[in-house]
Amino acid sequence: MTALLLRDLKLSVRAGGGALIGVLFFMTVVAVIPFGVGPDLNLLSRIGPAIVWIGALLSALLGLDRLFQTEREDGSLDLLLMQEHPLVLTVLMKCLAHWLGNGLPLVIASPLLGLFMNMNEVAIGATMLTLLVGTPALTFIGAVGAAVAVALPRGGLLVSILVLPLAIPVLIFGVSASYAAVEDPAPFMPPFLILVAITMFFAVLGPLGAALALRNAGD
Amino acid sequence: MTDSLAISKFSDLANPTRFLALAARILPWMAVITAILFAIGLYLSFTTEGDYQQGATVRIMYVHVPAAWLSMMCYTVMAVSAIGTLVWRHPLADVSHKAAAPLGAAFTLIALATGSLWGRPMWGTWWVWDARLTSVFVLFLMYLGLIALNRAMDDPSRAARVSAVLILVGFVNIPIIKFSVDWWNTLHQPASVIRMGGPTIDQEFLWPLLIMAIAFTMLFFTLHVMAMRNEIWRRRVAAQRRMAARLAGHVTGSEG
Repeated sequence: MTALLLRDLKLSVRAGGGALIGVLFFMTVVAVIPFGVGPDLNLLSRIGPAIVWIGALLSALLGLDRLFQTEREDGSLDLLLMQEHPLVLTVLMKCLAHWLGNGLPLVIASPLLGLFMNMNEVAIGATMLTLLVGTPALTFIGAVGAAVAVALPRGGLLVSILVLPLAIPVLIFGVSASYAAVEDPAPFMPPFLILVAITMFFAVLGPLGAALALRNAGD
Repeated sequence: MTDSLAISKFSDLANPTRFLALAARILPWMAVITAILFAIGLYLSFTTEGDYQQGATVRIMYVHVPAAWLSMMCYTVMAVSAIGTLVWRHPLADVSHKAAAPLGAAFTLIALATGSLWGRPMWGTWWVWDARLTSVFVLFLMYLGLIALNRAMDDPSRAARVSAVLILVGFVNIPIIKFSVDWWNTLHQPASVIRMGGPTIDQEFLWPLLIMAIAFTMLFFTLHVMAMRNEIWRRRVAAQRRMAARLAGHVTGSEG
């Protein structure tokens, strides 16, 4: 299991892995926003947490179709399916490796983008914390979509369409927790704890569903 | 073999020929019952007096509310069929959830469109991003995504199994829709018919609404059985075409 984790991690950070592409896409999306809504710093600081979250969501989707695709192309997916380990654990490990390679860089890059968006320190910290807790849920949800679409020749776009509706609760509570940290009357903990609960819920449901789909998608 | 087409257990329906025979027998009845119920329901909904505040626009409710119920019930039917596909490998369950997806999308679209038409005079806007509206819109997108996924694969049984997984994962949205108006205080009114302590809606509106709801449910099941029958026929045609093509290739191969 640890070997699988390390292998996936190495693959994702080396050339062609696409981990850095995700961060680059994240920064590009956020950088495009001021061109669209205008360089009004007050407005940007108000919508900042939402923009950073949406950017993170989109770039998390970007790398998802690679989660099982490369394994299928070189045939190692069949080996993973035939292992004696429970497939659910294998999928969980792959999700963790994918998150470490693709999700964690987004979290690390988010304070910089928060500065661009003229957010104050508390908002930046809260957004970073919610991203840290929320992006694993996006990976787990996405694993189901990636497993479902693994057999399709051009599954990339379909994965995004299938996964986005399920990712909406994560976005809602992530953004509302970030806002609650800045605005006084709303408490920070309830939406944050719900976000934690969502992540843990999908940490169970996601790998189960993905393992089921992978078994059934095999020819 | 005399009673080979008799249906005593649910698993007997696994034979498509038996299902087709049953469908041919009950479909006319279901269609007639649906038509009668719609006649009564529509008559009642147009003859009852309008609400003293909302006037005649309250009649939109008799289409809007049943369609919204049906959009959720259709997903539940799909989820049950998905369990049937994954657990029992019931061949008709594959056909069932494939046939139900476009119907669900249609009912959801009706609910959204009539709700929008109703919201314009009552709330003063076509659309608000409130919890109920947003979650139903998400349901609509999920129906379309499932249809797209089912169309994207050419092997029907594999497409059925893979979309069954996704249907079950997406089922978490249904309780969110049902309770969204209780959890978040939003513009959409809370439940007034199916709630603890009896309905709060007036008798005058309740009866036409219930009859219309039953009529919509019958309509759904009629269309569902028809769509399943069509899907079975479509698969048979495809199988026979493949067989004919193979035979034709065989003949030309032996000649050449």
